[in-house]
Amino acid sequence: MSDRPTGDRPGVLFGFEDVGVCRDGRWILRHVTAGISAAGVTAVVGPSGSGKTTLLRLCNRLDAPDEGTVRYRGRDLATVDVLAHRRQVGMVFQQPVMFGGSVRDNLLVARPGADDARLARALADVGLPPSVLDAQAARLSGGEAQRVCLARTLITGPEVLLLDEPTSALDPATRLAFEHLVLDLARGTGDRAARPVPVLWVTHDDDQLRRVADRVLALDAGRLTGAGPVRRTAAEGTRP
Amino acid sequence: MSGDVTWAGLVVSLLLVAVAVAVSLAIGLRLERALAWATARAVVQLLLVGWGLALVIDPARPLLWSWLWVAAMTAYAGVVARRRAPEVPRVLPLATAAFAASALVTLGILFGLRVFPLEGRTLVPVAGLMVGNAMNATVLAGRRIVEQLRDQRAEVEARLALGQPSSRAARPYLVAAVRTALIPQIETTRAVGLVFLPGAMTGLILAGVDPVDAVLVQAVVMFVVLASVATTTTVVGLGLVRRLFTADHRLLPLPRPAEPAARYGTRTAAPS
Repeated sequence: MSDRPTGDRPGVLFGFEDVGVCRDGRWILRHVTAGISAAGVTAVVGPSGSGKTTLLRLCNRLDAPDEGTVRYRGRDLATVDVLAHRRQVGMVFQQPVMFGGSVRDNLLVARPGADDARLARALADVGLPPSVLDAQAARLSGGEAQRVCLARTLITGPEVLLLDEPTSALDPATRLAFEHLVLDLARGTGDRAARPVPVLWVTHDDDQLRRVADRVLALDAGRLTGAGPVRRTAAEGTRP
Repeated sequence: MSGDVTWAGLVVSLLLVAVAVAVSLAIGLRLERALAWATARAVVQLLLVGWGLALVIDPARPLLWSWLWVAAMTAYAGVVARRRAPEVPRVLPLATAAFAASALVTLGILFGLRVFPLEGRTLVPVAGLMVGNAMNATVLAGRRIVEQLRDQRAEVEARLALGQPSSRAARPYLVAAVRTALIPQIETTRAVGLVFLPGAMTGLILAGVDPVDAVLVQAVVMFVVLASVATTTTVVGLGLVRRLFTADHRLLPLPRPAEPAARYGTRTAAPS
């Protein structure tokens, strides 16, 4: 076993070192020590209230730990330029959050000054036609809205994607389409064919876990209960 | 003076309160005690203030007394703001900063540019007007900004997650709060003279002042209110945004305040 801190090892994107988060006197996460791989899709699983979303929010510093250290590529997140970091680490939330105005307005929040060609390319990356640019964001379907959220995140050019149960409100067909889209991004395949973007994906759907994840990190009541490749854990019911 | 109200006149005017009490009794509002208490309190408070003002703004007395009166009003307004907006964190220093900014703008222009001579009889009423409006604006804007950031947390955090600084992520809510505070003042300013005759002007005319002179004073009063509300809400908004976010651009938890006890009780519908 290496003596180097978890977040400082090669191939580790995020490192959690004895991390604890306490809210209103209750520990949401406690003594979590883990490394998130710099490649592929890592699923974060666990029952409701196990701390999955909090773990994700620590990664882009929407939350800060009360104990321990969270590292990104070896650097303590408490010491980085948080605004630059958030643009490197894009996040898509459980419920699609649309800002007021058109889809164009929404994309321009993420990339001010971008021309229509750039915005249309961002929509194409998530399988939406350029005509959607003029649509009122509030009138999009759930699936379209979540794709626009993904496009809005991708247009910042993130190195990593954090997904917080982004398909939980989508119908099965839209969910599968979204999964394919993200897998293409994670593998650098498909129409986009760009550099692979590692993904940290919170899910409570075991079927989805088997479909999308390369590795899994399991939480229960704020504690890390296991971590490892999905292939190894599949025989044990997808849990490590 | 033709507008003088005698003590007897004051007592007779209580008939107007009796009308309100009668209405309350007739349709079962159960507000008779509240009306009587509010009236008694208002008369006592106003008389005390009147006697106090007569002492303070006496031309023979140094202006310092008027400034002390203004300082006391400002301090009390801060305490009231804290009581009325408990969900706004550290509202007292925020309100003090807002009142100071508002005073700098309004009193600075009015007395610095000699719209009014700097005397006790001008300083105290103008400052009172400014502080009263600034206090209401502080409470309204503060509560609205906290409420908006709490209710729209998902949207605010989506903006933060895109790399926006907290000042920018909170800007739509800050703008909405300042607009909400300012628009009624703009409406009032637009309708003045056509739809209603405002209080200062009415009072002056009743006191026998020439209507044109009363209009000039009223116009200045309205401009004081506009400047005061605009300055206060902006200072409160900017100050609050600094307090509700951490230095590393995280939105702090904003718990919902406990429901305040109803001041006048609640009426339950009679069973049908």
